[in-house]
Amino acid sequence: MAIKITAPLSREEARKLKSGDSVLISGVIYTARDAAHKRLCELADKGQELPLDIKDSIIYYVGPTPAKEGQAIGSAGPTTSYRMDAYSPTLIRLGETGMIGKGKRGPEVIAAMKEHGAVYFGAIGGCGALLSKCIKKAEVIAYDDLGAEAIRRLEVEDFPVVVVIDSEGNNLYEKGKADYLSSIK
Amino acid sequence: MREICASKITEVVRKLCIDANCYLPQDIKDRIIQCRKEESWGTAQEILDRIIENYEIADTVPQPICQDTGVACVFLEIGQDVHICGDLQEAVNEGVKQGYRDGYLRKSVVGDPLNRVNTGDNTPAMLYTEIVPGDSLKITVAPKGFGSENMSQIKMLRPSDGVEGVKAFVTKVVEEAGPNPCPPIVVGVGIGGTFDKAAYLAKKALMRSTDERNADPYYADLEQELLEKINALGIGPQGFGGKTTALCVNIEKFPTHIAGLPVAVNINCHVTRHKSEVL
Ligand code: SF4
Repeated sequence: MAIKITAPLSREEARKLKSGDSVLISGVIYTARDAAHKRLCELADKGQELPLDIKDSIIYYVGPTPAKEGQAIGSAGPTTSYRMDAYSPTLIRLGETGMIGKGKRGPEVIAAMKEHGAVYFGAIGGCGALLSKCIKKAEVIAYDDLGAEAIRRLEVEDFPVVVVIDSEGNNLYEKGKADYLSSIK
Repeated sequence: MREICASKITEVVRKLCIDANCYLPQDIKDRIIQCRKEESWGTAQEILDRIIENYEIADTVPQPICQDTGVACVFLEIGQDVHICGDLQEAVNEGVKQGYRDGYLRKSVVGDPLNRVNTGDNTPAMLYTEIVPGDSLKITVAPKGFGSENMSQIKMLRPSDGVEGVKAFVTKVVEEAGPNPCPPIVVGVGIGGTFDKAAYLAKKALMRSTDERNADPYYADLEQELLEKINALGIGPQGFGGKTTALCVNIEKFPTHIAGLPVAVNINCHVTRHKSEVL
């Protein structure tokens, strides 16, 4: 059974989620890829205000295709997360509690997740058409010049993800593979 | 000498860009369904079901299967008796520009690899041309996503490394890639030629239907053996564990130098897209 959560997500709620949990997210999340992360971190370094409410935020690593008439958004699946590894610790420190992407994360990100209480969710890569159905509203709120890479505010409903790495550092990429391999021995 | 108008090429490239991005090739769909039947791991089954649901939605809306609608890799097999009226390169890029605009596809190309400003229209295309006998022109558009492209590798093995060295390298590349290239993946392997030729062969291998094995039985067996080895790694769909790590391994080979054994591994995801038309 999937666990339903609401975004923004408090640190306390984030800490309750465990690696391997299926989760459905509803509420407000933000999109950002590497170019936007870079700008956010530059602002943070200068002590300036960010264009999104970072506290308790969930950030989705996605660059959607353009929406057609009548669609809230085009196809919108996750991009590979390791490109954000250099920036995520800063955002986690500032209050980010959830990240949605696909693929491995570096030790510096996992350390920040453990220290502050944040989770890394995986959405199914290559399922952008399916996932777009759970996005009800999308609005560019910053960096319009980045096109697909602009920061968007999304309203999502039962957006399906899996907890890949939890706030204790348990990792589904390691455990899932090990469990499967021992099941066929 | 047969004449083909550049504007005709633009028209075909435009259409192929849109269709390739929205309709997954039938052989890939069949492979995914086959793998779903053979998959025993619960999580893996669920993910494969979602993947099937996804391409069905893309088919019916229609809309892009994946948001990374890629760089447009355009392969032209130009008959030596064909004369193209107009600028070929311009015609292809115009087709890409129109296709990515009219098909609501994502523009994912930066004009300079270091100074990184988006070109805004997904051009230029990655253009590959071959001159072949005859008087027809075959155009293939293969949008290539970079989640999987980034996980590709090349290595100049020693001849003494032999087939065992090739197997070890291919398996290592897939293992290191893990969940990043959106498994289940399609693995293109290029063996032989030169440094660049091996990479080209690997990319070309991804254009071959998953139903078709290498014409040389030795290499057909190697494809099968590599597929089994990869699917014994346990990575599974999305890297959450399972049998279905790869849908297929395709190898292309070419003669090489007495001193060398180049091997390139080009990884593609379950959204392996390509569509062709012959003029
Ligand atoms: S690797 Fe393939 S399926 Fe995954 S995001 Fe890129 S293009 Fe899409």
